[in-house]
Amino acid sequence: MVELKINGQTQKLDLDPEMPLLWALRDFAKLTGSKYGCGKGLCGACTVHIDGQPIRSCVTPVSAALGKTITTIEGLSENGDHPVQQAWIEHNVPQCGYCQSGQIMSASALLANNPAPSDEDIDTAMAGNLCRCGTYPRIRKAIHHAAKLAKEVK
Amino acid sequence: MKDTQSPELIQPLEIENVSRRRFLSNAGIASGSFVLGVQLSPAIASVENQTDEVKTSDNFSPDVFVSIEPDGQVKIICHRSEMGQGVRSTLPLLVADEMDADWSRVTVEQAIGDQKYGSQNTDGSRSVRKNYLKLKQAGAIAKTMLTQAAAIAWKVKPTSVEIKQHKALLKGSNQALDFGQLVKVAATLQVPARDQLQLKNENEQVYIGKEDIKLLDGELITQGQTTFGFDVDFEGLKVAVIARPPVVFGKVKSFDASETMKVPGVIKVVELPALTPPAAFKMLGGIAVIAEHTYAAIKGREKLKIEWEHGTNQNHQTQAHEQVFREALKKPSTVVRKRGDYSSAEKSASKTFEADYYVPGLAHATMEPPAATARIKDEKVEVWACTQTPQSAQANVMRTLNFPQEKIGNIEVNVTLLGGGFGRKSKPDYVAEAAYLADESKMPIKVLWTREDELQHGYYHSPSYQKLAATFDQNKKVTGWHHSMVNHPIGSTFNPAAKTAGSADLGQGDMMFDIPNILVDLGDTETFYRIGWVRSVTNINNAFAAGSFADELAHEAGKDPKDFLLELIGKDQAVDFSKDDYKYGNYGEDINQYPASTARLKNVINLVAEKSGWGKKLPEGRAMGIAAHRSFLSYVATVVEVSVNKGRIKIEAIHSAVDVGKVLNPDRVRSQMEGAAIFAASLALYGEITAENGQIQQSNFHDYPLARMTDIPEIQTHIVKSSELPTGIGEPGVPPFAPALCNAIFAATGKRYRRLPLKQFGIV
Ligand code: FES
Ligand code: FES
Repeated sequence: MVELKINGQTQKLDLDPEMPLLWALRDFAKLTGSKYGCGKGLCGACTVHIDGQPIRSCVTPVSAALGKTITTIEGLSENGDHPVQQAWIEHNVPQCGYCQSGQIMSASALLANNPAPSDEDIDTAMAGNLCRCGTYPRIRKAIHHAAKLAKEVK
Repeated sequence: MKDTQSPELIQPLEIENVSRRRFLSNAGIASGSFVLGVQLSPAIASVENQTDEVKTSDNFSPDVFVSIEPDGQVKIICHRSEMGQGVRSTLPLLVADEMDADWSRVTVEQAIGDQKYGSQNTDGSRSVRKNYLKLKQAGAIAKTMLTQAAAIAWKVKPTSVEIKQHKALLKGSNQALDFGQLVKVAATLQVPARDQLQLKNENEQVYIGKEDIKLLDGELITQGQTTFGFDVDFEGLKVAVIARPPVVFGKVKSFDASETMKVPGVIKVVELPALTPPAAFKMLGGIAVIAEHTYAAIKGREKLKIEWEHGTNQNHQTQAHEQVFREALKKPSTVVRKRGDYSSAEKSASKTFEADYYVPGLAHATMEPPAATARIKDEKVEVWACTQTPQSAQANVMRTLNFPQEKIGNIEVNVTLLGGGFGRKSKPDYVAEAAYLADESKMPIKVLWTREDELQHGYYHSPSYQKLAATFDQNKKVTGWHHSMVNHPIGSTFNPAAKTAGSADLGQGDMMFDIPNILVDLGDTETFYRIGWVRSVTNINNAFAAGSFADELAHEAGKDPKDFLLELIGKDQAVDFSKDDYKYGNYGEDINQYPASTARLKNVINLVAEKSGWGKKLPEGRAMGIAAHRSFLSYVATVVEVSVNKGRIKIEAIHSAVDVGKVLNPDRVRSQMEGAAIFAASLALYGEITAENGQIQQSNFHDYPLARMTDIPEIQTHIVKSSELPTGIGEPGVPPFAPALCNAIFAATGKRYRRLPLKQFGIV
C-alpha cells in the first residue's frame, strides 16, 4: 500500500512502488488523462508534474513520487481555465488530442519557470514532446499566447 | 483505401420523420424529440457486412439521426471516426449550418459500427466528399419542417417564417420560438420533397467556410477528459499484452510461462492461433498475458520464455532485397499507361536523362498504439476500439469468433476517439485479438499494443524502388517520360500470390505532365511481412520520385524549376487518361465529375510561388524547392525553404497552396496541411523500417524517430477559393513535401538526394 498525493488529494493505492507512475495513475487512480506513447521517456505523452517539475511518468517509479505533490492534466486547473488550456482552445491546437495532455503539462511547467519564453526557449522545452499529428507550430503560438494571458491575470 | 461504392452524391436520398419510431429509445434520444432519419447510403454497403437488422423491423433504415430534444438541444450523429482530422467538428457542422442551429447547442454522438450508416471506413480522405450533399439536405429538411411547425403555431404561411440561430422568427414582428418549442409539432409533419428544398448558398452560411470554428472536443481534450481506445475502463476489465511472432507467419514452438505466473497481478496466459496466409486482418498469433493491470501484463510478458519457429519469411533482408527490386525493374511486368512510343523517343532524343529513387518502409507510428476492448455476455459481443472502420472490425470479430453471419448485429462496435489513425486503425487485427481473448478467458479484455508492438508488428508502407527516365530534344523540350516502380504490393496482405502493385493510380500513372511519349510500368516482387496503406499510400514514393525528377530535368534544361513545372503541365485541360490506354481509378470517382484539371494544378503552383516569394533573393546558404501533386482529387503545391550550416540542413519555411474545392472548415484544412507537412518531414528526415532475418529492426522512437518541434518552422497554408465540389484533405498535403525539401537541398548545396530518409547522409 502506498500513499500518493495527486491533484491535491491523498490516495491510498495497493501497488508495487516499482511500478511506473503512469500505470499507477491510469490503472489505479483511474486518471487516464496522462497517456502512454513509448514507455521509454522518448515522447512526453505521459508528462505530469512532481513538485511542479515536468517528469515522464512512464519511467518514474511510484517510489520517486512518495511524499511529493503530483499534478496531472486533470488537476492542472479547477475549470480547465489554466492560461495554457485557454490558449490551446483559442488556437485550436489539438488534432487527435492524444499527445496534448503531455504537451500542456510541459508547456505549463515551462511558463511557470519562464514567464516570457522565446521561440528557442519553447523549442528546447518542448522538444521532448512528440506530436505525430503535427501540431508544433500551433503549440508554439499558443505558448506565446498563454504567456500573455498569464501576465494579464497577474 | 479501396472505394467499394459508386459515387453517392448523385444517388437518391431518403429522409424520414422517425420521431415516433420505437427504436429511438435505444439510440439515447429523449422521448418527445423531433427526429429525422437520413439514409446515407445504398442499402447494401459492402459485401462483408450484409445484414439487415434494422430493416427487418422497419421499412426504413435511418442512418443519421438529426434530433431536437424538447429543451432545444440538437443531436447529430457522426458516423465517421475522429482521428485528428476534425470530422466530428466538420460533418455535423454541415447539418447544423444548413438548419440554422446554434453550434453551441449541438451535441455530436459517435455512431456505433453498423451497416445502416453506409460505409464508415474513415480512410482515403473522403468523409466530406462522400457526405457533403446528403448532410446539407438533411439540415435543409429539418429547417423546412421547423419552418412549417412555426407557421402552424402562428397560423401563418411558411413564407412568413424565418429561421435564424436556433429560432423561428415571425417576419414583421418580434415574435420568436426556440427550436425546442417547435419540436412537438415538427414531430408530426411530413418530410418535404427534396425538390422543395432550398440549399443555402455560400453567402447564407453561418459556420461553413468560416474561420474560428472551435473544435468540438477541444475543451475535453485540454482537460484530459476524452476517451481513447487506451482509456476504456470498467469494473472487472482485465488487460492483455501479447508476445507476437517476430516474423510474420512464424509460430510458437514451445513456451514456458512459469516466471510470468509469479508476477503479482498476472491472471493467465493464452496462446493465440498461429497466422496462416493471407494475413488480412487476422491475429498474428503468439502468447497473451492477461493481468489485473497494465504493469503486470507488461512485466509478465517480459518473463515469458518462448521458442519460436520463424517460418517461411525468416531469410528476408531488406538491404539485400534492394538488388531484387533493381532486377525486377529491368523487366517490368505490367504496362499501366502508354502514350506515343517511349522507345522511339529515346532513339531520336538528343539527350536521355535517368535517375533511380528509393523510399524505405514506413510505419504509421500513431501516437496512440492500437488498443481494443471486448466483453462477451449472453451471445452479445461488445467492443470498444480506436478504429477507423467499425464495420470491418465487426466483421473481423464475427470471423474470429465463428459467429453466425445472421447474428452480426449482436456484435456492437463502439468507436472511441483515435489517437491518430493514418491507415493503421483501418486494419482491425487488434480488435480480433481482444474478442478472441475475451472469448477464451471468459473475461472482458483490453488488448494494448506497446510502442514496440506497434513498430514491429505493423502493416507497413512498402519500401519501393523507382527508375525514372526522360528524353530531351535539341530545344531542351521533354519528349518522353518513363516511370517504373516496384514495391511489395498491399494486395499481398490479402492475396499471397500478388506480386505487382495493384494500382499505379496513386501518383505514378496519373502524373499530369503533357509529354508526347509516356510509359508507366510496374515490376514484380515477393512480400515478407504485412503491407498496408499509410497516409497518402504510394503517393509518398511516387511523388518523391516524380517530383524530384521533374526538378532534376529543370536543372538539366537550365530552367527555373517552377517555370519548368508549368511548362511540363502545359495547356489548360482535363487530362484524358483513357487516351493512353490507362484505366484510371480517380479515387473511385467519375472523372467527369472530378477531372484531373491542369489549370487547377498550375494555379496552386502559381499561388504558392507568389506567397512564398519564389525567385526572391535569399541570404547565403538558403534556397527553396518546389513540388506539386494531385492526390485524393485535391491539388497541392509546396515550397520548402532550407538553410545549410556546417553541412546541416534546417527547414526554415514551409508554404503550401491547396485546392480542395469548396472549403467547409478552413481551420481544419489548415491543420491537416500542417500535420501533413510534419508527417512528411518525419518520413523525409528520419523514417525507415528495415527487416533482418524477417524481423523488423526498429522498436521505439530512438530508432524510429519522428520530427520534433525543433525540426519544424512556421507553416503557411494558402487555400484556393473555389466553388468546385469539395474533395479531401487528410492525405494530399503529404506527397509534395519530401520532393520539395530535397529540391531545396539541391538548390542550396548542389547535392541531389535520391534516397530517403535524409538522416543516413548525416545532414539532419
Ligand atoms: S510514454 Fe512516457 S515519454 Fe513516452
Ligand atoms: S494531436 Fe495527435 S499526436 Fe498530437
